[in-house]
Amino acid sequence: MAQTMVTETVPVSRPGRVKTLLQEMVKNKISYLFMAPFMLLFLVFTVAPVLTSIGLSFTYYNILEAPRWVGLGNYRLLFVDDDVFLIAVSNTIKFAVVTGPVSYVLAFLLAWLISQIPVKYRFIYTFFYYTPAITSAVAMTVVWTYLFSGDRYGLINTWLIKLGILNEPFLWLQDVRTIMPVLIIVSLWMSMGIGFLSFLAGLQNVSKELYEAGAIDGVKYRWQQLWYITIPSVKPQLLFGAVMQIVFSLQVFDVSVQLAGMPSPLYAGHTIMTHSFDYAFIRFEMGYAASIAVVLFLLMVGLNRMVFKVLGSKE
Amino acid sequence: MTTIVKGRRIDWGGLFLYVFLTLMGFVMLTPLVYMVSTAFKPISELFLFPPRFFVMNPTLKNFYSLFQASGTTMVPFSRYIFNSLVVSMVIVVGGVLISALAAYPLSKHDMPFRKAIFNLVILALMFSPQVTQIPQYIIMSKIGLMNTYFALILPYLAYPIGLFLIKQFLDQIPDVLLEAGKVDGAKEWTIFWRIVMPMLKPAWATLSLFIFIAAWNDPWSSAVYTTTEDMKTLPYALTTISGGANAIATVGTVGAASLLMIVPTVIVFVVTQKMVLETMAHSGIKE
Repeated sequence: MAQTMVTETVPVSRPGRVKTLLQEMVKNKISYLFMAPFMLLFLVFTVAPVLTSIGLSFTYYNILEAPRWVGLGNYRLLFVDDDVFLIAVSNTIKFAVVTGPVSYVLAFLLAWLISQIPVKYRFIYTFFYYTPAITSAVAMTVVWTYLFSGDRYGLINTWLIKLGILNEPFLWLQDVRTIMPVLIIVSLWMSMGIGFLSFLAGLQNVSKELYEAGAIDGVKYRWQQLWYITIPSVKPQLLFGAVMQIVFSLQVFDVSVQLAGMPSPLYAGHTIMTHSFDYAFIRFEMGYAASIAVVLFLLMVGLNRMVFKVLGSKE
Repeated sequence: MTTIVKGRRIDWGGLFLYVFLTLMGFVMLTPLVYMVSTAFKPISELFLFPPRFFVMNPTLKNFYSLFQASGTTMVPFSRYIFNSLVVSMVIVVGGVLISALAAYPLSKHDMPFRKAIFNLVILALMFSPQVTQIPQYIIMSKIGLMNTYFALILPYLAYPIGLFLIKQFLDQIPDVLLEAGKVDGAKEWTIFWRIVMPMLKPAWATLSLFIFIAAWNDPWSSAVYTTTEDMKTLPYALTTISGGANAIATVGTVGAASLLMIVPTVIVFVVTQKMVLETMAHSGIKE
């Protein structure tokens, strides 16, 4: 593992360096061959599309005619004239600001609590919390529409009326005030995903010796252990979990379309993703939709870069 | 680490821990229990007032009607299941293999651009694949792959999270174990299949789980890349049978279909869970 980069070896003159680099690459051609299938698909379906999106975002393109250069026109339209986009951005940010941190902290806390109990009981709890994350948002729709149904058949309405909190059924999925909170609750329910597993696995593997050493150094309480020993040892997992959670929170789409509809009442459940989908696959204004995707891309990568600064460990 | 009763003194902290975890667990499971309950409810119970949470007289009728006729569409429900199975299986097998192949040199070889390629993969973790959908759609429609299995499979084969996880897992396997093969004069290809792949078992089991969930649950690719009903997959079919004017009449059927969608993912998780935790222990990002 302690391999150093070959290119960093002896500083040679420029043409010489290019030559040695090429020689090194030829020598390692088997390594590149191994990577070829992944790299090829990755270039065609990830790298090229990202670059194409950026290119398309400066054009007007409806698929039928050739793209027409419009410069920053799409972006100007987005941020100055498209009120619905601003609603979508504000909804997405509201959603992400709540869902991201809450699910992140909850995932860590639950994983930590589970790591405190004996191994034989851990799986059943892991199962409780992880299973919602692997259910499909589409399949769960039948449950949520029933629970939050706006008539008296809705289970939540029935219960609240019985308890005397409500006098008449409330339209949870049609009322502008409750659409977002419902989307947030549903998403939180299914957010103990890959990040949660990462925390759980990381926490189970913090070495016992660290705790013993800590005990000698005067670490007495569980919270002290958590703060001084556990958290620093799982920092790489914390970073991975944060990256996963940020992407999860900003890409909200399925849940909104399924529960709030498309378009949702007064755009109360409209997100950046649904806005982009609307322009791309309903109106076929690919250039404009691409600019929306680029904004989302920059938002995700930008936020993640910040998280890397905070949690990234230098090794 | 903790036991509830230590000697004769009750460990209140430990007790509280179990109570809290169990209560939270039940809250999390409630929607799923309700889904199972709905799938087995006869028509009479679906329209009960006041509504009931649990089923009283469970029936398989919802499942029968699901397979007999799928409402307005001419395609039998089993066709969607078949499409979903084919697409998910190919993505799982292909995706795992492609990721493992790429992870091996990325972790164990020392060639130019190794670090740059890995950084590119890390960058790909930072955004969701959905932001690349528009150009992907344009590519698919221009090269005539719309309405084929290729359109549903190809874009999902190179899965950055998968490459990342396998590479991290490989990093902690000592090089010495691989050197043994090299001394015997084995070719890289042989080393990969004979030594690396068996050692990677927990990692590819984990990857199979994640890729399967992603592929199986994805309503998007089928909505965008296919226009004919016989190419649609299960999640998309669900969105169409649950929508429309007759939505309420088919609540039980939708419940049955939804349950059929969730069961495979749960089974795959139960089967792979031990290996998943083993793999995820190495999932941290170290810069």
